Amino acid sequence: MATRLKFENSCEVGVFSKLTNAYCLVAVGGSENFYSTFEAELSDVIPVIKTSIGGTRIVGRLCIGNKNGLLLPHTTTDQELQHLKNSLPDQVRVQRIEEKLSALGNCIACNDHVALTHTDLDKETEEVVADVLGVEVFRQTVAGNILVGSYCAFSNKGGLVHPHTSVEDLDELSTLLQVPLVAGTVNRGSEVIAAGMTVNDWTAFCGSDTTATELSVIENVFKLREAKPSAIVDEMRKSLFDS
Amino acid sequence: MSGILGMAHDAGMFTVHQTIGSVLCCKCGIRMQPNAANMCVKCLRSEVDITEGLLKRLVLVHCPECESYLQPPRTWVKLQLESKELLTFCLKKLQKNMNINKVKLVNAEFIWTEPHSKRVKVKVSVQKEVYHGAILEQSYLVEYVQQDHLCESCAKVAANPDQWVAAVQLRQHVSHRRTFYYLEQLILRHGAAARAVRIKQMDHGIDFYFSNRSHGNKFVEFIGKVAPVKSRSDKQLVSHDSKSNNYNYKYTFSVEISPICREDLICLPPKAAAILGNIGPIVVCTKVTNSIALLDPLTLKFGFLDAEQYWRTSFKSLLTSRQLVEYIVLDIEPVSSEITVGGMKYVLADAQVARVSDFGSNDTQFTIRTHLGHLLKPGDHALGYDLYGANTNDMELDRYKGYIPEVVLIKKSYEEKRQKKRGKARPWKLKSLNMEVDDKIKVDEDKRDAEYEHFLKDLEENPELRFNISLYQNNDYQPSEVGSVTDVDDGEEIPSVPFEELVSGLEELGLDDNANGEDSMAE
Repeated sequence: MATRLKFENSCEVGVFSKLTNAYCLVAVGGSENFYSTFEAELSDVIPVIKTSIGGTRIVGRLCIGNKNGLLLPHTTTDQELQHLKNSLPDQVRVQRIEEKLSALGNCIACNDHVALTHTDLDKETEEVVADVLGVEVFRQTVAGNILVGSYCAFSNKGGLVHPHTSVEDLDELSTLLQVPLVAGTVNRGSEVIAAGMTVNDWTAFCGSDTTATELSVIENVFKLREAKPSAIVDEMRKSLFDS
Repeated sequence: MSGILGMAHDAGMFTVHQTIGSVLCCKCGIRMQPNAANMCVKCLRSEVDITEGLLKRLVLVHCPECESYLQPPRTWVKLQLESKELLTFCLKKLQKNMNINKVKLVNAEFIWTEPHSKRVKVKVSVQKEVYHGAILEQSYLVEYVQQDHLCESCAKVAANPDQWVAAVQLRQHVSHRRTFYYLEQLILRHGAAARAVRIKQMDHGIDFYFSNRSHGNKFVEFIGKVAPVKSRSDKQLVSHDSKSNNYNYKYTFSVEISPICREDLICLPPKAAAILGNIGPIVVCTKVTNSIALLDPLTLKFGFLDAEQYWRTSFKSLLTSRQLVEYIVLDIEPVSSEITVGGMKYVLADAQVARVSDFGSNDTQFTIRTHLGHLLKPGDHALGYDLYGANTNDMELDRYKGYIPEVVLIKKSYEEKRQKKRGKARPWKLKSLNMEVDDKIKVDEDKRDAEYEHFLKDLEENPELRFNISLYQNNDYQPSEVGSVTDVDDGEEIPSVPFEELVSGLEELGLDDNANGEDSMAE
C-alpha cells in the first residue's frame, strides 16, 4: 500500500527517510508526525530508527542499504555510527566508507540483489558495495543522468525510473535488474523519483503532492496491492531461525 | 547514457536508436510523451492560467478632431486605425504589466471591430515558464476602450480660431512688390508657410501668423536664408497663471528685407566700396539671395555683401527698375574676351547707343562702355539707366568727383517681339499663397497687374531665377497658332521656359504638399 505524507511541509519524502526490507531510517523533525506515520505502518514488522547522518537530516540521500547491510559516508560521526549499529538488527552489516562522492543515496540505487551505481564511483567502493550489500554492481546512467540513485527507485518487485527514459534504455535496465520497470513521475510531475518516494517490497511512501494517477502507477509497478508484510517477514524469520 | 552515445555517434561509432517512451499524465492518466511538466497540455492549461494578472481592458484617449491618441503625459500621436503603429502603441501599454508577471509577448494582431464602436480589440499570444521549465503559450483578448477627448491644440482652435501666438511681419520699403512675388513662390516650393494660421497682405509687406513661437522662428530663419534681412523680436504678455507660474505671451518678429533689388543701380558710399575692394561707386546689383551681388559695369569687378555687412553700411539704390529707359544699340565693339564673373558670362564692350525716344527725332547719341557685349548686336534694343538725363537726389553721387557714366545698360529688351505675342497665354503658370488682402488699403489694380506681368517676364528671361521655383504646366495653353505669325522676321525667339522645367499636371493632381516635397527632394 502506498502512503502519502509530508516531512515538515516538504513532499520530498525520499530525502528524509530510507526504507528497506529489514529496517527504516527516519530523520528527526520538529514534530513527530513524520515518524509516527512510519511507525504506524511499519513498527510491528521492522525497526524504525530516528537518526541523523553527519549532523544532517537528509538521511535518505546520504546512505544506501538493503536487508544485508548499510553503507554510510565518511561524514557520519562516531556516535551516529554507534547508534545505528546498536539499533539495527545484527544481520545488517553497518559500514562507513571513504568515498569522494559522499551522497551515497544519490549515487547508488539498490535492492536486495542488484545495484546500479554512478559511473565515476571508486573501484574500492564498488567492491565494498558488492561485499557488504551482497549485490551485483552495474555502472549505469538513467535517461542520461549519472545520479542513478536520484532518478530511479526500485525494489525486488519492480522499479520506477525518470520519465524521459527511452524505450531501449528501459529494456536494457530491466534486463540488468531483472525486474519490470516503468517510466513515470512522482509528486505531481517531479522527475526526481527517489527523492520523492521511498519503497520496499510491500509498502511505499510518497510525497503528498503525488496524484492519484502516479500513485496507481506506483502501486502497479511495485506490486503493492497483493503484497502483505507478513509473508516476507515469515521468510526472514525462517532464515533467522536456521542460522 | 544518451550523452555518451551522442559523443560516440560523432566519432562514427555504432549508436542505438533512442525511442522516446511514454508516460502517464500525472493528473488525468492519459498516455503522453514526457515533457518538462509531465502533464498533458490540457491538464497544464487547466492548472495554470498564465494570463492571470494581465491587463485585459484598457483605455485609449482619442481626439476626434485630429485623429490622434494621447501618449501620457502630454503628447498626442497621430495614428490610423488597424495600423502597425497603433498596434505598437497599444502593446506598449501592456509591456510593463507583462514584465512584472514574467510573461513574454509572442504575437499580437487586431481583431476587426466596427469603426464607430469605439473599441479596439487585440489578440495577444504570450508565453510563460511554468513548473519545471515547461513553457506554456496562451492567447487572450485585450479590449481597448476609446474615449474621446479634444487635444489641447484642437481645443484652442475650437475656442478661438483666429488665435495666433507668433506673428512675423515681413517688410521691404520699396515701391514695387517683385520681391514678394518671388518670395511667395519660394515659400510655396519649400512649404515654409505650411504651419501659418493666417497670411495677410499689408502695405509694403506681408504678415504671417503662427500658433507656436517655434514655427514663427523657423519661418524667420528660412527668410534669413533667402533674402538679406534684419530682424528683431518682441513679446507681449497675454495672461499669467500665478499659481502654476505659467505665462502666455504673443511673440512678434519684425523682419525687414533690404531695399536693394536685382537690376538696381547703386552709388556705393566710400565705406561700402572699401569693403568690396574699391569697386567703382556706380554698381549694378545682379543677384539678391541672402547676400547682395554687385557688379561694376565698367570694370567687370564683382563684390558680395552679406546681410550683416549691408545693414552696417545701409545704402539705398540710386535708380530702380522703374526708371529703366529703352535704348537702341547703334554700334558695338567688344573690348575684352568673355569673362565669367560670379557664374555669369560678360563681355566688356564699347557701344554707341541712342534713346529710343531720341532716335529719329534728334541726334543725341552716347558712347559708353557696357558689360553686355555678349548679348547685344547693332539694332538691338536694350534697357538701361539714363544718368545723363536723370535727376537724382543722392548725397553720395554729389560727393563723388570722378567719372560717372552717362548710360548704364542693364539688359536686353524683348519688348518689340513681346508685342506680337501680346495676349497669348503662357505654357506655364504659377501657384499662389492663400493671402488675405486688407480692404482698407487702396490697391491700384492696374499697377499690380503690370508688376505681376513684369515678374513673369523676368522669370522667362532669367533661368537662374527659376532655379528655386516650381512652374506648373498650364493646361489652357494651346501651342498651335503661335508659330505661323512670328516666324516671318524674327531672327531670334523670345526667351521662354523649356518644357522640361515644368512640373507636370499629374503631380499637381496629387496632394499639394507632395508636389512641393517632391520638388525640394529633387533639388
